[in-house]
Amino acid sequence: MLKISGWSLIRAYTILVYVFMFAPIAVVIVLSFNPEQFGCFPMKGFSLRWFAKLAQNEPILHAFKNSLILGSLTAVISTAIGILASMAFVRYEFPGKNTLNTLLLSPIMIPEVILGVALLLFIRWLQQPKSFLLLLIGHVVLTLPYVLLIVQARLVGIKIEYEEAAKSLGANAFQTFKEITLPLLTPAILAGMLFSFTISFDDITATLFWATAQNQTVPVKIFGMLRNSISPEINALGTVMIILTIATPLLAGYLSRKLARGS
Amino acid sequence: MQNETWKPWALLGPALSAVFFLLVIPVFFIVVYSFWLRAPTGADIPAFQFGNYAKFFADFFYPSILIRTIRVSLETVLLCLVMGYIPAYFFYRSKTRFKSILLLLIMLPFWISFIIRTMSWINILGDTGLINHFLLKIGILSDPLGMLYNEGSVLMGLIQYLLPFMILNIYVSLEGIDKSLLEAARSMGCTEWQAFKEVTLPLSLPGVSAGSLLVFVLTAGTYLPPMILGGPGNEMIANLIFKRVIGTLDWPFGSAISVVLLTLLVIIVWTYNRYLGIGQIFKSLQ
Repeated sequence: MLKISGWSLIRAYTILVYVFMFAPIAVVIVLSFNPEQFGCFPMKGFSLRWFAKLAQNEPILHAFKNSLILGSLTAVISTAIGILASMAFVRYEFPGKNTLNTLLLSPIMIPEVILGVALLLFIRWLQQPKSFLLLLIGHVVLTLPYVLLIVQARLVGIKIEYEEAAKSLGANAFQTFKEITLPLLTPAILAGMLFSFTISFDDITATLFWATAQNQTVPVKIFGMLRNSISPEINALGTVMIILTIATPLLAGYLSRKLARGS
Repeated sequence: MQNETWKPWALLGPALSAVFFLLVIPVFFIVVYSFWLRAPTGADIPAFQFGNYAKFFADFFYPSILIRTIRVSLETVLLCLVMGYIPAYFFYRSKTRFKSILLLLIMLPFWISFIIRTMSWINILGDTGLINHFLLKIGILSDPLGMLYNEGSVLMGLIQYLLPFMILNIYVSLEGIDKSLLEAARSMGCTEWQAFKEVTLPLSLPGVSAGSLLVFVLTAGTYLPPMILGGPGNEMIANLIFKRVIGTLDWPFGSAISVVLLTLLVIIVWTYNRYLGIGQIFKSLQ
């Protein structure tokens, strides 16, 4: 009897934690359909008014385009670099391996404010202006650790015997990588790209340091809009971003399953 | 393992040079710059003096922000522990078919825009927000309750951001516990609670400490929640850095504050690594 009630308390507690975690997300979505002038309760009906307004907001559309380009480029570069480094860490022995691995993972633990100031200071010393390139290299550093974690975990699971078998049958290193390792790594590559895209797309703190008026991303734009007050337009934009960031991994999961079945 | 010694270095080349040129050297620059002098006009003057640090510790204003940062970080760790342990334990013991979906759901906020999640607390806690609207409607309140722009609302944003890290860390270490240990304890006459207290809880402590470190470090460097959900009295050290660097363009002083924050974190991570080992943290992030 005691055990059952103890367990149901645990379950109820867990449900409450979920409510806490999802309340802010749910509220954004609900309020984005409120036709009222101010983005707040009570709900006065259901309307797509703010989404329509959003679709005509040139600066936001521009920021969206920026974010998409930045996120995609970050994902490609970061994953490419990350795969090479992961191969080194998992497939080879060399001095200082653990130290270097920790060094490459360290951006996770370093506050973004510090990364932001540091890179900006460096760029200033080189007398380079803030640019899209600064955002791109910054985002690569921010996302690289996550790619390393994902790809290394997967690579450990791929038996080295497959690669050795290919080599003993006469394949060179590049052929082995292309024909054996790469296909087996595909899920990890997709996950790494997805993760780095999302991190780049959502990043705000470091990006606030690096962005210029011309290179604003969506979160930076939202940050600027928040200075006035919460407008219903921000809630609508939030809903779009929530749907986008949830739909992308689902879509990728679906695609990778389909790819796996196809091959 | 292959023994061509140049190959791993060739593979590591791009990643290492990215981190070296974009992280190691720039952070070294912060340290150098923190000793420089700010010129009233024009470029900052290279120097080696401790004026920027002296300014930071000159009176109680700046150290109090540092102390507040540490206090808020500890509060966040504590609240994440209180809110996170039970759900992690639930995942560990639950036999529900939906376990993987539930775990996925707790990861979901990772994917959702940080600024949207943070800003939405205004929708909930604000004067016209969800809670006040509800309380006014059922007549408990006659005037809206001011719940926003204080330490409490900052903590809400911080917990919402960091709780998944804590839950995952604890869950990973709970999953690693050999279940036969629990059966042994039970068969020797322990009650459920005793078995938990004597076996499960101690064995989950590596996850608890790894989660706590991660949450502490991430809170101590946080910028957004105090900025959006806090008032003037809730500023944390990252906000100070941003204001000095981007706001007043005082690069040497901003660098010195960054070094103070970095030193604090390095001391904490180093101590942790020395006694507990850092590996656990990256394990849970996979």
